[in-house]
Amino acid sequence: MIRFSHVHKTFARSGVALQDVSFQVNKGEFVFITGPSGAGKSTILKLCFFDERPTQGEVKVCGMSSVTYKTTDVPKLRRRLGIIFQDFRLLEDRNVESNVAFALEVTGTPAAQIPGRVARLLTQVGLGAKATALPSELSGGEQQRVAIARALANDPVVLVADEPTGNLDERATRGIYQLFRDINASGTAVLMATHDLDLVRRSGCRTIEVNRGQLVFDSAADGGPRPSGPIKSLADDA
Amino acid sequence: MRLAIREALLAFRRAPMLSALSITTIAFSLFAFGLFGLVALNIRNALRQVEDRVEIRAFIADGTGAEATSAALGDIGAFPEAASVKLVTQGEALDRARRELGEFSDVFEEGILPASIEVRLKVGFRDPATVRAVAKRIEVYDFVDDIRFGEEWVEKLHRLRNIATLAGACLGLTFAVVAIIIIGSTIRMAVLARSREIAIMRLVGATDGFIRAPFLIEGFLKGTLGGLFALVLAWVALLVINRFVVQATFFDPWMGAVGVIAGASIGLAGSALSVGRHLKRV
Repeated sequence: MIRFSHVHKTFARSGVALQDVSFQVNKGEFVFITGPSGAGKSTILKLCFFDERPTQGEVKVCGMSSVTYKTTDVPKLRRRLGIIFQDFRLLEDRNVESNVAFALEVTGTPAAQIPGRVARLLTQVGLGAKATALPSELSGGEQQRVAIARALANDPVVLVADEPTGNLDERATRGIYQLFRDINASGTAVLMATHDLDLVRRSGCRTIEVNRGQLVFDSAADGGPRPSGPIKSLADDA
Repeated sequence: MRLAIREALLAFRRAPMLSALSITTIAFSLFAFGLFGLVALNIRNALRQVEDRVEIRAFIADGTGAEATSAALGDIGAFPEAASVKLVTQGEALDRARRELGEFSDVFEEGILPASIEVRLKVGFRDPATVRAVAKRIEVYDFVDDIRFGEEWVEKLHRLRNIATLAGACLGLTFAVVAIIIIGSTIRMAVLARSREIAIMRLVGATDGFIRAPFLIEGFLKGTLGGLFALVLAWVALLVINRFVVQATFFDPWMGAVGVIAGASIGLAGSALSVGRHLKRV
């Protein structure tokens, strides 16, 4: 579903962001990407939804390769992904249902189907009663739920979430995480960047750790070489 | 398409101040251009009126037979440059002189003024070279005593017309470029104000064409409204000029429509460029 093969990414101004990163995420998996700030987590996610292209190596997502893709293919790929950010990225001047409906309208869903689907999505994320509220009238956790409903609008095969709980308190974090687990249980793969190590430890999910642009730990690498160096946050914490 | 139109109209409602600012900027830019257009139009009309008076007058020798002059009238009338050919008899020449120079009417006696053939030229054939060439062709008739076409005056008029055309084109181009730059910047501001929305559209899988459509419609509408508003402003300006300065002519409906279409086109092109640049950058 997602495959990174010897991926390098260098930015003109900030220099090397990723070095020789290789991993694979399979259908229906729940994978955490952890690491300190600036380690390269967000770059990995941006490469997943083709917001960036690798300097070297190959990223393959849902069959689309960073080596051979055409720019016009990117929207098609993104319709198969759900993308979630720490800062929610909602349209402040539209209410909750309009924010969710927006994702369906953009992808050409027939107008008659949109209200029913929006209602179902809002119920799924527990916001059925807040359809007409504006984002500014919601708590951080609720806003993130709206963003998740929007991300789910086009039945994605993978949810890509960049620090989705970074702005939330512990209780809201637990709620959002549970929502991700429910979504994952229905077959959608989840790739979530976080530095909430408690959450990662409790989850028991596969974890990929990056530091200074290098993949230093992958809990799925059964029997493979273990990362060296001082990072290994999870191993140390455990 | 319906969604794009809805989004374009919603943009007016969501940012009424910015939309009003865009339309006003477009209107005033086009108004400045329109005001210049009005001046150019009226100068052109005035010059054309003067040009209408360009004529060649061939004086006929006394004793010329009617057959010879009527044959010449037929020949000259067939010149491609000739708009009209008229024979002015001695009597008509005298009447005209007495009418035009009333104070000196006693001075003119019967038979003092010669008969003449007056030739007026079509628009596009009133430049000095053509006028001179036609005069030379008329001069070959034996009965032509003298021929006059105000050579110096025609040359001055032609020079004035050329200067007015060149100055008009340069000023018009400058005004148009300034209008396009101002309108383009205004539309760019509107696009930047919605950059967050554009980024979200891209994240959820909108194609560039889908993102562009509402902006193009919005730009077209703003341009059209700005063009109409500019036309109203120009009309008000004309009323003021007519009342306090000089009687001037307004654009005909066709020219007015061209102005509004120009506004709509600038709005559309400005939006296309701004969104295109923005989409390339993000």
